This record gives sequence, structure tokens and C-alpha cells, in this order.
Amino acid sequence: MSAPGRVGIAGRLRQRYPLRSVLLGLAAPIGAILFALLASSVILSLGGHSPSNVFSTMLKQAERPTSFVDMVNQAMVYYLSAVAVSIGFRMNLFNIGVEGQYSLAAFGAAYVGGQLTGGGPFHVVIEVLVAMLVGAAWAGIAGLLKVTRGVSEVISTIMLNAIAVGLGSYLLHKLGKSSGNNIQTKPITGSGQVAGLSYSGTQAKIFGFLFVAIAVGVAYWFITGRTRFGFRIKATGLNEQAAVASGVNVKRMTLVAMLMSGAVAGLVGLPELLGQTHTFSQTAQSGLGFAGIAIALLGRNSPVGMALAAVLWSFLGKSANQLDFIGVPREIAAIMQGVILLSVVIAYELVRRYRLVLQQKDVAAQLAATPPPAPTNQAVTA
Amino acid sequence: MSTATALPASPDAAPRRRGSRLSPPLLIAFALGAFLVLSAVRALTGGNDLTSSGTIAAGLSAAVPIGLAGLGGLWAERAGVVNIGLEGMMILGTWGCAYLGWDHGPWAGLLFGTLLGAAGGLVHAVATVTFGVDHIISGVAINIIAPGLALYLTKVTFAHYPGGGQKQSPPIDDAGSITLPFSHWLHTVEDKHWFAVSDLAGVLGGLVTRLSLVTLLAALVVLASAWILWRTAFGLRLRSCGEAPYAAESLGVNVYKYKYIAVIVSGALAGLGGAALAIAAHQFRDGQTGGRGFIGLAALIFGNWRPGALAAGAGLFGYTDAIQLRSSSAVHPLLLLMAIALVLVAIWQWRTGQRAIAVVAVVIAVLAVLWYVDTDRVPDELVGTTPYVVTILVLALASQRLRMPKADGKVYRRGEET
Repeated sequence: MSAPGRVGIAGRLRQRYPLRSVLLGLAAPIGAILFALLASSVILSLGGHSPSNVFSTMLKQAERPTSFVDMVNQAMVYYLSAVAVSIGFRMNLFNIGVEGQYSLAAFGAAYVGGQLTGGGPFHVVIEVLVAMLVGAAWAGIAGLLKVTRGVSEVISTIMLNAIAVGLGSYLLHKLGKSSGNNIQTKPITGSGQVAGLSYSGTQAKIFGFLFVAIAVGVAYWFITGRTRFGFRIKATGLNEQAAVASGVNVKRMTLVAMLMSGAVAGLVGLPELLGQTHTFSQTAQSGLGFAGIAIALLGRNSPVGMALAAVLWSFLGKSANQLDFIGVPREIAAIMQGVILLSVVIAYELVRRYRLVLQQKDVAAQLAATPPPAPTNQAVTA
Repeated sequence: MSTATALPASPDAAPRRRGSRLSPPLLIAFALGAFLVLSAVRALTGGNDLTSSGTIAAGLSAAVPIGLAGLGGLWAERAGVVNIGLEGMMILGTWGCAYLGWDHGPWAGLLFGTLLGAAGGLVHAVATVTFGVDHIISGVAINIIAPGLALYLTKVTFAHYPGGGQKQSPPIDDAGSITLPFSHWLHTVEDKHWFAVSDLAGVLGGLVTRLSLVTLLAALVVLASAWILWRTAFGLRLRSCGEAPYAAESLGVNVYKYKYIAVIVSGALAGLGGAALAIAAHQFRDGQTGGRGFIGLAALIFGNWRPGALAAGAGLFGYTDAIQLRSSSAVHPLLLLMAIALVLVAIWQWRTGQRAIAVVAVVIAVLAVLWYVDTDRVPDELVGTTPYVVTILVLALASQRLRMPKADGKVYRRGEET
């Protein structure tokens, strides 16, 4: 390794480093998706189904306007959930409680929105505020327990999720009205609804909340990447002692991050509530919080990455609905989603280790290339 | 359960701070006191279902899946791996049990359910131990995959079997049960509704009448786990991986191997819990576990990462579950019980100098009493949340007594101590 002729190679390697970095960055998600395709193909074949037929059916389904609109709508919901989770991730907080936060928030918004009549543009604003407040309050319980009693937020949010299910159904029975064999809140009328966007070739509308989702993404990018507050959050997440030494009040930041995460989580149920159902009932979508965790991990907390991951997640979920018609259980999509999640985190870890090895090699090559030990150098390293 | 509670004699109970763990006589006194309070509340409020043999028996069978899941969590976390995937592994267990159980009998089902759970544990072990993935993430992924996989498999198998369907399996036979000869005598005493005596008869009657063999098996598994983890060299090494893996490594313990064993056993126990659930329900149904894996986790924390207290926690959660199903009016007196427990906690916290916590506990106790006075019954929807509320209260009010394994949830890489 001590051949002096290596200077040129090391130099070129360093020039190529950005490309290598990009390729490595892409290798993890693409590798994970390929592995998921492989794993699901095996499962499908074992069940006596043709994988290629299944995948082409899913792709064809995605091209239909109605299901395209459906996917966009689902993706924005996923995206909001992912942003909520990633705010916590930035600070090493694991908010598993998005599930409970958004369901209670959606109930609160539906109830308050249904009581109000008129109010013009403020009607929607009030609904959004209520949702964010309820979400933040529910997440705040976990935040408070963490900073005052040192309770792990993972455990407390899991418990709070389950309590939210009971509490939500209790409140619905107490405050809602039964219609048919379903119980729901008083429908939101007129000014409380958010109009949708038309899309050619279908009656279905894209939720107007799309703009809110985009705005949340931009705000997330700005706050985490461009403000002192975002820097502090990141610093605390990366090295708590260093952050404390530089004057960050970690307890306060933990609470604030949890509240913000909960406030964004509160928005998760709103696109569907304000754009389509206009009432909260037991049939409201569940499981969005866990999807948000997966998407935040897949997109590595990046505003754009999470958007792509949300689209992928929504594509898998929605296009699988068609599979029932060709006699294949649609649950294959859930299996694919889970396998993608597991393999992507493994792939990220492998790539991280591989990068370390490459870096070590680079450094070794550089050291070997530098002229044999000048005594001053040794003094510095010693 | 009480024998197991006394079992772990703390080779690991870190430097003992103020108030070491409860000694056996104190525990017995405590249990006796709780029992007398329960009898008194039963006698005063007339909620006879509180201690009826039916409730106790139902509570016991409800506690089995919860306890087994919690025990699975205990194995994994004692070796330093957090297992949020218990729920998913339980689901695999329910499906596996039904897959062999419906035509080869319940015991074959139990075995296969356990094996599938172990397979789920193996996936978790590969991800967390070999690849060093965050434990929570791997668990979340398993919780996404398992229900999808179980439902997928149901549609390609059970849907074509006689008596099966798109979301359920054909019926499974019962695993059999035993009834001790003197149990009818206990029932006679129970029906007199005497203070304490009838209550005792009810509790005993519930324990010895039609006691499922699966429940017995679960009790044996709890005892065996306590013995293996706290009384053998193997167990000591396994727990050392959860407390100080690098120290264990320096003493020649193969940490990876012990973590693998622990997580696979963890999955197997969760799978067994799922299988027990399927047998009790006589079939596999989609969504059957209903978060019991998470309640198992709650029992683990409630039990302070110890088998005996964990079993007691599972019993408590199973009891609230059963009492809600049998008579929702009988839940109402439980509010009073909760208030009494909270006041005791407040007194204890006040004496140990945690004044603020004591005040919070009293406030919650007063709210519970007001709630009791103001209403006739607790809404069914809220009763189901009992295990979770209790766990949060325990975490919030008594967290200084809780001690999880020191390296729990931390990623370990051989030779890379930082």
C-alpha cells in the first residue's frame, strides 16, 4: 500500500467522490425496493399467483384517473403524518403516537366545525387550529412525562394511542348522532369545507388540502434547515451533551418538538374530513400514524424524500385494491410495504458501514501517498 | 403467581437506594390487604362480579396471552433488545396455531404458532443484532408485515377450507381443562356472599374450575423463565448482555449469540401467546390480537422487567378485561379501588420526599372519587383503556422504582465500544 504512485488514484477517487456518494445514496432505497419485489414475488409464487401479472395489474390501475386522484389524496395524508414523525426524529424523539394524536384531533375538528355555522374563511381556520391544538395537547402529555419524569416517549405514546382509541369512541358516542348503524358527528357545512381540485377524466376531486401539505413541507424544510431553532433541534438530536454545552435547554426543546410534532399530526385527518367526509365516524381511516413512521424513515426525514416515499406508499396501497378482481389478496401490498421498510433501514445501515470502510480506505491511501514520516507530523498525531 | 413474585432474589438489583425491593412477607401482607379492600368494596357496593369465580376464571384466561407476550418482551429486553414487534409475532402465532390446529389438534397448533412467532423473532434478531437497525423501527416493520402476511395467507389457505373464510380459520378444538374435585363446594360458599370468605372461595373457585391446560402451560413457562433467567449461568450471561454488553464481551460472553437466543425465544413466547388466544377463541380471526402485544409490553413495564410482577400485571389487566366483558356495572367500584391505590402511592411518595408527585396522585384520586360519586357506571369504551392508563400512572407516579436493563434498546456492535 505504500507505493508512492498512488497519489494520482487517490486524487481521482476524491474527484469522483460526489458521484460515488450519490450512487451509494440511491443504492439503499432502490436495493430495498428490488428486494421487496423479489420477496413478494416469492410469496406470490408460493400462493400460486403470477408475480408479473400482479405487478402489471397494479401499474395499470395507477394510470386510471380516478385511482390517480385517490393516490394523490392518500399521499398527502401520508406526507403530513411523515412530517409529524420526522420532527420528532430530528431530535431523537420517537413519536409513535401520531396515530392517536390525529384521530383525536380529527374528532375535535369535526365536532367544533359541525357546531359552527357561517364564519366565512375563519370557519376552516378554526377547524385547523382546533385540530393542531388537540394533536399538540395529546402529544404534549408524552412530552411532559418525558421532561418531568423521564418516561420514554415510545412507551407513553403507545399507551396514549390505545387510550385515544377508547376516548375517541367514548366521545363519539357521547357527542355524536347515530345515522343508520353508524355514529357520527354533526356534518360540517358550507364555509367549513375545503373545495377540491378537478382532474380531467374523473369525478373525483383532489383535496384542496394539497396546498396545506405542500406548505407544511416547505415550512418543515425552512424551519429545520434554515433557522436557529431547527439547528438546535438537530444539534440536540445528534449530540445532547454538546447541545447543552452550547446553551440549549434540552427539556424545553424536547417539549416544543413534541408539541410541534403533535400539531402537525393533528392535520393528518383533515384532508379527508374537510374535503370529503365532512363528518367524523368510526370508519375514519386508521393506521396512518404507523405509515408515517415508515415514510419518514424511507425518506430519511428529507422534505422531498418523504414526498417521494409517500407517493410510493400510496401507490402500493391504492393500486393493490384492484388485485381482488384477479383473485390475489390485496394484503400483498402491506407485505411489500413492510418488507421495503425493513430492507431499506438495513440497506441504509449497510451503506453507512460501507461508506465508513471506503472513507478509511481513502484516508489510508492518502496517508500512504504522503511522503514518509516527517517527524513533526508524528508529534501532532501522538 | 405469588411464588414467582418472590423468586427473583436480585443478583442484579444495582446499588440499592432508598427502599430496597419488597420482601416476601411484606408482599403477602400487601396482597392480603389488596384482597381485603377488594372484598370490602365488593360487599359495600354489591358488585358481586368483582370476585365471582366466573370473573376470576375469565380474567385468568384473558391474562394468559398478555402474560406470554410480556414474558416475550422480558426475554428480549433482558438481553438488551426492545421488542415492539410482539404484536406482530403474536399475530403470526394466532395464524400458525389455526393452520395446523384445525385438523391436527390444538397442541400441534400451539407448537406451530410458537414456531412462527420464533420465525418473527428471528427476523427481528437479524435486523437488530446482525444489521444493527434501530430496535423500534424493526419492530414497527414487523407489526406492518405480520398482519398483512397473516391475512394474505388466510385468503390463500383458510378461504378454501371447510368452515374457513376470507378473514377466519376453520374451528379449532379445545385444549382440554382440569377441575379439582372440591370446586363445587367452593361455589356453594361463594354464593353466600359473606365478606372475605365468599370472596376467597370465588377467587379459588375461579382458579381451580375448568382450568385450561394452556393456562397451566403458561404458568409453567413463567416459572421456567424466572428460573432460567435468574438461577442459571446461562440466564446471568443473557442478562449481562442487556446490562453491560461490552463488559460481558470482555468476559468472553458471545453477546450476539445470547441476543439471538433471547429474541428468538421472545418471538416464540409471543407466538405461544397468540396461539393461546386462538385456542381460547376456537379459531383464527383477523384483528384477533387487538393490541395484546402492546398490553404485554405494558405488563412488562408495570412489572418492572421482572417475571413475577409481570405475571401480576398481566393478571390485573386480564382481570379488568374480564370484568368489563362480564358486567360493565361491576367496573364502577374499580374507580374507588383506583382512588385508594393512588392515595397509598401519594403517602409513599410524600414520605420519600416526592411531594409534587404525591399531590398529583391525590388530585387524580380525588377526580376518580368524584367520577365515582357522579356516575352509575364507567362507559365500556373507557374500561378497555385501563391497562394503558394504569401503565402511564405507574410510569408517571412511581418511575423512580422502575429500572429497565441498562443497555436496553442500545445497538451493540462487537468490539466497538464508544
